[in-house]
Amino acid sequence: MATTFAKAADGVQAVEHAARIEHVSKSFAGPAGQQLVLDDITLDVAPGEFVTLLGASGCGKSTLLNLVAGLDAPTAGSITTDGRPALMFQEHALFPWLTAGKNIELALKLRGVAKNERRDRAEELLELVRLKGAYGKRVHELSGGMRQRVALARALAQESKLLLMDEPFAALDAITRDVLHDELTRIWSETRLSVLFVTHNVREAVRLAQRVVLLSSRPGRIAHEWTVDIPQPRRIEDAAVAELSVAITEELRGEIRRHGQH
Amino acid sequence: MASTETPAVKDGVKNGVKDGNDLAGLEAGLDALETVQSGRTPFRQTFTQKILPPLTAIALVLVVWQALISFGVVDDPTKLPSPADVWGEVEDAWLQGTLVGYIWTSVSRGLFGFLLALAIGTPLGLLVARVRFVRAALGPILSGLQSLPSVAWVPPAVIWLGLEPEMMYAVILLGAVPSIANGLVSGVDQVPPLFLRAGRTLGATGLRGTWHIVMPAALPGYVAGLKQGWAFSWRSLMAAEIIASSPQLGVGLGQLLENGRNTSSMSMVFLAILLILIVGIAIDLLIFSPLERWVLRSRGLLVKS
Repeated sequence: MATTFAKAADGVQAVEHAARIEHVSKSFAGPAGQQLVLDDITLDVAPGEFVTLLGASGCGKSTLLNLVAGLDAPTAGSITTDGRPALMFQEHALFPWLTAGKNIELALKLRGVAKNERRDRAEELLELVRLKGAYGKRVHELSGGMRQRVALARALAQESKLLLMDEPFAALDAITRDVLHDELTRIWSETRLSVLFVTHNVREAVRLAQRVVLLSSRPGRIAHEWTVDIPQPRRIEDAAVAELSVAITEELRGEIRRHGQH
Repeated sequence: MASTETPAVKDGVKNGVKDGNDLAGLEAGLDALETVQSGRTPFRQTFTQKILPPLTAIALVLVVWQALISFGVVDDPTKLPSPADVWGEVEDAWLQGTLVGYIWTSVSRGLFGFLLALAIGTPLGLLVARVRFVRAALGPILSGLQSLPSVAWVPPAVIWLGLEPEMMYAVILLGAVPSIANGLVSGVDQVPPLFLRAGRTLGATGLRGTWHIVMPAALPGYVAGLKQGWAFSWRSLMAAEIIASSPQLGVGLGQLLENGRNTSSMSMVFLAILLILIVGIAIDLLIFSPLERWVLRSRGLLVKS
């Protein structure tokens, strides 16, 4: 009943799954007694796989991500990940007392990277997110999109096998979000990371993922799963993306409608 | 949906060929559009908005002061000396070489006492902020001490420590430590939980979390506490110097004021009050305000007026 950050050396299992979520339930103490938020979730993320968790509000998708990140413990079930996962939030969560470069270096430092290597590595990561020259910039001097890219670079600095993303682009304008989708796809395919991406945006889920997992609400259960085999790079306005989105949206609406019937 | 299969396929081909270049260019454009350029304010503007108003206020006070004497509203130099009398007192003290000595005696005491308060108040504040039991035990006492005028500590300090410099430092500590500790506590309380969560996912837990995340995040509140701590140090010291005077304590600004009262020299009293005021403002202006501005500006928290 805990989140385990297994090491790769622990055996075959750790290599086969970037994350293994087994029969996980989570309840919180609410005004009406114990409230079940997640009910018996079982989900594997393969190494290098991009999975989006989709659901309406109240489906516990952020809660699930927190459990996988080890920020909270499940009430029942177990979660195993291959090392400590990196986590990106909807807000950039960059530290305003550090420059963009130093934010990345802090992640490297906490991971135990030697001092003389940090600067070069931070510059490399900034280049990867196409922010060469932003090393000395303060967080407030960057635009929303740039902040999220620095946050992505900082998450990548952890060199985790698994990247958890909690609606990281939800607060951005449409054009910037579109560009960041392209960036994320490019970086994902270059680094072969596993990504577990939470969103309530169906198009975004289909645009990015190899697999879309739909959660029902109150309590969160896995309602449906789709494999997306549209070749990357995709665009959010592609007809194939639109077509699958329509089908998924229908399902999602059905799930939401069920709640009005009680 | 108006789009058909054909444009989608065409897009896909285009993406495959020159997607990298397109994306980099698009991104550079977005970054350039959304980045705000900020420059420094010109000196003229700083002068008219920041320097001129207080100078005007001071000039006005001097004019009213002089007018009270010139028009005979107050006609008793033992009650209200003229600005010229006070200036004469400044000149005398300067020529005798005692002026700098008065100031230095008090300032060195005040700053040393403040540094002591800093060394005690910081770990204390951190303990109160981070350890629940300590907070429940000491939190209310610290808040209470902050509202207790530190002049109340002068009589017991004299009895316990005698008329020694230690007694002054004790009074300063009792005045300034609660301010500094409370400033740090409120600074820590206001750290956004998001920073703590982000820190934990990066592996900053326990002491490393305190050092790398909590302390820097709490800095604005801490600096505000330091600023207030200095004001309290200075006030406490003046209270101690006015009440407790003895030859082995030397003559600071507080004793100067008390000496002026004993010799019925109102211009000396005025000189002492002026110096106390000026030193208090100067230290704040030279050390704490720049520190506070630097902390806030580097985080983009300072709104330009």
